[in-house]
Amino acid sequence: MSLVAAATPTTTWYLILAAVLFGIGAVGVLVRRNPLVMFMCIELMLNAVNLSFVALAKKLGDIGGQTTVFFVMVVAAAEVVVGLGIIVSIMRRRPGATADDISAMKG
Amino acid sequence: MLDLIWLIPALPLLGFLINVVFGRILGEPKSGALAALMVGGSFVVTAAVFLDLISKPMEERHHVLTAFSWVPVGSLHVDLAFLADPLSITMALFVTGIGTLIHLYAIGYMHGDPKFSKFFIYLNLFVFSMLMLVMGENLLVTFLGWEGVGTCSYFLISFWHTRESAATAGKKAFVTNRVGDWGVMMGMFLAFGATGTLSYAGINHAAESGAISGVTATAIGLMLFIGACGKSAQLPLYIWLPDAMEGPTPVSALIHAATMVTAGVFLMTRVNPVLSIAYDWAPTIIAVVGVATALFAATIAVAQTDIKKVLAYSTVSQLGFMFLAVGSGAYVAAIFHMVTHAFFKALLFLGSGSVIHGMHHEQDMRKMGALRKLMPITAFTFIIGWLAIAGVPPFAGFWSKDEILLYAFAKSPILYVVGMITALLTAYYMTRQVIMVFFGEARWSDHSDEHGAHGDFKPHESPKIMLLPLVVLAGLSVVGGAMQLPFTKDLHFLEKWLEPVIEFGEADIHDTWAYDNKYILLLIAVIVAVSGILASVAVYAKKKIQPIEPALLADGWKYDKGITAFMGGPGRRAFDGVAWADRKIVDGAVNGVGRLVQGAGGFLRRTQTGAVRTYAAAVGLGVVALLVWFFLRGVVL
Amino acid sequence: MELVVFVLAAAMILVGAVGVIVRSNPVHAALSLILTLFGVAVMFVAQNAHFLAAVQVIVYAGAIVVLFLFVIMLLGVDRTEDISSEPFKVQRPLAAIVGLGVIGLVVAAVVSSRDAIGTRGEGLNVADVVGDGDTNIKQLARSVFGDYVVAFEVTSVLLVVAVVGTVLLTRRIKSAGKDS
Repeated sequence: MSLVAAATPTTTWYLILAAVLFGIGAVGVLVRRNPLVMFMCIELMLNAVNLSFVALAKKLGDIGGQTTVFFVMVVAAAEVVVGLGIIVSIMRRRPGATADDISAMKG
Repeated sequence: MLDLIWLIPALPLLGFLINVVFGRILGEPKSGALAALMVGGSFVVTAAVFLDLISKPMEERHHVLTAFSWVPVGSLHVDLAFLADPLSITMALFVTGIGTLIHLYAIGYMHGDPKFSKFFIYLNLFVFSMLMLVMGENLLVTFLGWEGVGTCSYFLISFWHTRESAATAGKKAFVTNRVGDWGVMMGMFLAFGATGTLSYAGINHAAESGAISGVTATAIGLMLFIGACGKSAQLPLYIWLPDAMEGPTPVSALIHAATMVTAGVFLMTRVNPVLSIAYDWAPTIIAVVGVATALFAATIAVAQTDIKKVLAYSTVSQLGFMFLAVGSGAYVAAIFHMVTHAFFKALLFLGSGSVIHGMHHEQDMRKMGALRKLMPITAFTFIIGWLAIAGVPPFAGFWSKDEILLYAFAKSPILYVVGMITALLTAYYMTRQVIMVFFGEARWSDHSDEHGAHGDFKPHESPKIMLLPLVVLAGLSVVGGAMQLPFTKDLHFLEKWLEPVIEFGEADIHDTWAYDNKYILLLIAVIVAVSGILASVAVYAKKKIQPIEPALLADGWKYDKGITAFMGGPGRRAFDGVAWADRKIVDGAVNGVGRLVQGAGGFLRRTQTGAVRTYAAAVGLGVVALLVWFFLRGVVL
Repeated sequence: MELVVFVLAAAMILVGAVGVIVRSNPVHAALSLILTLFGVAVMFVAQNAHFLAAVQVIVYAGAIVVLFLFVIMLLGVDRTEDISSEPFKVQRPLAAIVGLGVIGLVVAAVVSSRDAIGTRGEGLNVADVVGDGDTNIKQLARSVFGDYVVAFEVTSVLLVVAVVGTVLLTRRIKSAGKDS
């Protein structure tokens, strides 16, 4: 038991975890073509950021970190609403389109 | 009176403006009379200024009237200013005097021409420009007039522009003059660079005090001489003058005999201090070019059949004499010959115009003859002009030509000999002309078929308004020599009058063989003139010898053709080459920049894939790059 | 004890995240996302952010992912994306670079600066210490409605705007003809 309880997770561990989560989210955005899945990967990145804010709030003893997370969640919700609305209105016109197909801005 | 010298050019300018606006309304002959009145008024003012100057002591005969500051730019200060001194007043006198006579003549000559008032517009503009040229206080005002007379010459030569030969002749005159104008401009630049001023007083003073080096003075002098060659039709650039006979005869008389063509001689005389401190070979070049042109043109005149072309080549020849004088340091003689030449050449041209008018615009001398009885006054005055130009004493031309040859001998006997040969030829071809036109049998047949059937064609005398100037000029040709008779110092009126202007540059020939034996030279000149006349009489009147009129001479030694061939052949290829370089290299460089930008744009365009994921990848890479940068900067560390 | 919690929650998070990016069926991806979100909620609790953990589950997992699922159903679920092919050949290597770069650099940054972070605020109120079960929410409320009240008001406006905008955006125009 002492072995297991010996190492308590420090702030650094949480931050590293958040970084890894963020990286995975970034890779997902770049690699996936389905717009909904890309959106979900963006949510992963947001969660990573939330995690690091909360960890630092505890470490620094500042409630401002948690306040920030509160607002991030609100804005993320709004963003998802609008983003999905856009995806819906695009996908209605072209069923089965992927992110690569929406390339009207090609120069 | 001296404060009114601005009136001298202003009156013809006023005439020009009035005729531009009201000329068509005034019509014939009022617009012509107005123009003549303006020039006449100018003459009166000039005469008054002349009397005013004469009444002053010699050192004070120099008055500058500044109209306004024209070009105040940096270190260049040029005023529009007029200079009244002996030289400019002399020039102005005969320009306005002969100008008035020719305006009167033109009222008669241009009778019936649909563009009557336009003619006088150009004529007044010309007199204005010429007066700006001679009255200018600095090189820039002179250049203004220089260009102005060139432009008016173009207008007037191609006056009957519907005739293609006239339009071409006008263009030729203008372009050839332009080549000479380059020389004048270079001379101006050099003068300004060397002395910091363009005014004659400044430049001449700098030359006299030695502020200009010999090299610079030579360069200035030769550059201005190139301009003079263009304007005064000397050897490389004379080609426009014979073609300029396409213009109406009053134009030939005024511009191409008496006034514009003398502008080159005037310019040289104005800057005589500069010429005198130049290297010796510079005036020699001027003299040689002058005398060579004189001989060259005289040989061509021998074989011409057009009445005006003979006089045109004769003008080129006489101008050559004037440059011979300039080159020999005989500025007084040059001005003397300029004035007398103005008298008798204008007379001869107007006389030929009268003949042409009376022969219903026939100009070929081979179709004339025995006109003495039918046009008595014309014939009489023409004969006086002939005697003057041939160099028969006591007519004016003899004295002035003799003076030139005296100085030429003092410079080099070779110049004298060539000049003498030319004088012989001059007497010869002028006699030829007189005989062909006024004596012998009538070779004019009824050429009424060319003018519409008239029945009997008979040449007639010209109206009185055309005869009056002839008579006046004839009188001047007779007594004009009195200005500068060589017998005693007291009779050297012209020399005394011009002394303040030319004293620095005038050659001193008192100790030469020529001066001591000038009466012998005088006698030789008389003999030469008379033998020329007798030879011509023998050939053309008595028909004892066959006339020698080779086609080569009639064609002007093929000089004109040579220039055309050169410009058309190698010249054109060179121009085409320059045009090609402009198209390919200059335009190519500019277009190349455009193409480069286009290419770069096309290349960079490929980053706009339109796919969101590539943009996201770019953002991601940017983030990584930023993080690396922060890391390295040590912010994190 | 904390270590066990941490390891388990971290496993949930990472497995879920990898699932999101790897599963070709979007529904499976959404379910993996829920796993991740739960993991994060557990982490919140471990960091004394009780209220946020609740909000995370209610809003994120409960509303947002549900919304995702609604849209997936609306647009057709049987379409699975073809993971194996990639039209932009360079995309995957770039993604690898970006991912590894971000992770590596941030980890390096965090590790090298771990001693630089000190305490600066007044401290978080922990329920055990203060004796009040609601103390976290009270402290958070004080912060939101006190220091950041303007931001709060603005975000409410944002929510309204987002909803109205989306309704407008997805409206079917009845009178319009056949869309191309």
